[in-house]
Amino acid sequence: MESLTNRKKVVSDKPMTFMEKLYIPAILKGMMVTLKHMLKRRKTVKYPEETRTFAPIYRGMHVLKRDEQGRENCTACGLCAVACPAEAITMTSAERTKDQMHLYREEKYAVTYEINMLRCIFCGLCEEACPKEAVFLTDRLVPTQFERDEFIYGKDKLVESVDNRIDITKRQFTGKRTKI
Amino acid sequence: METFYWIDKLVLVLLLFVISLGIAAYQTYFERKLAAWIQDRVGPDRAGPFGILQPIADGVKMFMKEDFAPSNADRWLFILGPGIAMFTSLITSAIIPWGPNLLLFGRQISLQVAEINIGILFAFGIISIGVYGIMIGGWASNNKYSLFGAIRASSQMISYELAMGISAITVIMISGSLDLRAIVESQHAMNWNIWYQPVAFIVFFICALAETNRAPFDLPECENELIGGYHTEYSSMKLGLFLFSEYVAMFVSSAIMAILFFGGYNFPGMDALTNSPNLLALIGVAVFFVKIFLLIFVFMWIRWTIPRFRFDQLMHLGWKVLIPIALVNMLVTGFVVAFYHNWF
Repeated sequence: MESLTNRKKVVSDKPMTFMEKLYIPAILKGMMVTLKHMLKRRKTVKYPEETRTFAPIYRGMHVLKRDEQGRENCTACGLCAVACPAEAITMTSAERTKDQMHLYREEKYAVTYEINMLRCIFCGLCEEACPKEAVFLTDRLVPTQFERDEFIYGKDKLVESVDNRIDITKRQFTGKRTKI
Repeated sequence: METFYWIDKLVLVLLLFVISLGIAAYQTYFERKLAAWIQDRVGPDRAGPFGILQPIADGVKMFMKEDFAPSNADRWLFILGPGIAMFTSLITSAIIPWGPNLLLFGRQISLQVAEINIGILFAFGIISIGVYGIMIGGWASNNKYSLFGAIRASSQMISYELAMGISAITVIMISGSLDLRAIVESQHAMNWNIWYQPVAFIVFFICALAETNRAPFDLPECENELIGGYHTEYSSMKLGLFLFSEYVAMFVSSAIMAILFFGGYNFPGMDALTNSPNLLALIGVAVFFVKIFLLIFVFMWIRWTIPRFRFDQLMHLGWKVLIPIALVNMLVTGFVVAFYHNWF
């Protein structure tokens, strides 16, 4: 058969020559290989002390964005939940009252918004489905927990705080959407 | 004078005990580091800076483990096994001349615990007893894996001791003495035996690998076929003694190789220091330890490079390759020595 990779080698069971039977040249060759590896630079990243830099389009833990005036963008339309292939997102909605004008941007808002981080596959389809630029994936990691319940993230963990905004500009220009 | 003699010896014995155990402990650390480097890893680095406290952590772990003995094991032999292994590894260091004599308090202090004139014979005798530790430990465990390990160990040691002894004989013929001190003195400065006996050195080195149960000859304790071999049933510090004795044996056999083939504490340019014997002795000891460490490094380097032999290959190499080579080498050396001394 025609070789696809040019890496094919013909093997034979010819008797070993005297030099091969001595094994010593082969052993020395092997020891040179290990010596080379000994002197190589280590590529290990010692995790808790050092961290690797993330790719600009890394998809990590979600954030629910607020607008410039600190109002939540999410209008609880449910498109993210529909788009989610892992069915990780649930929410309940309510109508905004007059005195909540400064809290929510649209007339409808999410009372609860939960993402099960164990179900989530971090595909980014929720972000793509969102018409209000409310949900984004960030370069933050989901920390480990001991209980499964602790992985169901509610609004307390997902919504960004007014003073401490999460930067999502890297995710806004990934080519599939233009800024509204 | 007698009391001073005993004090000197006692101090030297204690010092040797501490040094060989300390070196053995740090060999375990260095072995793990070297293995890591060869495999492109970092190795132990959590305990202390660069992980240098790792041997202490390992030792504490060993002591904390449950000391378990199987119910059908022969209790006394089970305890005796690791004891013999450790004892035989340590006792050989008594006959090794660690350096030239020191001049302290107006006395000559010899850096050799027991100055016996058949040192090399003593060393071989003790090395042969070393197999009893493994054999007794493997037998007393009452476990088929341990027994297999013990059988392999004994057959391997018997086969490789022959070639080892024959290649050591060539060195004895050249230096004309069984005394380790005399063998070292005969290799003054750079007049080392390795230049005359490279073949004997290679045979001796391979046999030393086999005698200390190091890879590629670690069949008595291979993890994957024998689940640890002779120390399958051992736990806690009894296991620790077995593992430790291997490292002490490696240290001592490196020392013996350095004496027989690399001139012990001799180093080029030592004649310039004859007026200051203490400095000479200190540099000599340092040089000797550097030689030992280099040999230990080669031991470890080989371990992490070459895969384990099959048992029939091991026997083939021992009986059909090494012994004939050593014999021919001995005959040739004998003729050359005889011609040199005009015995014909």
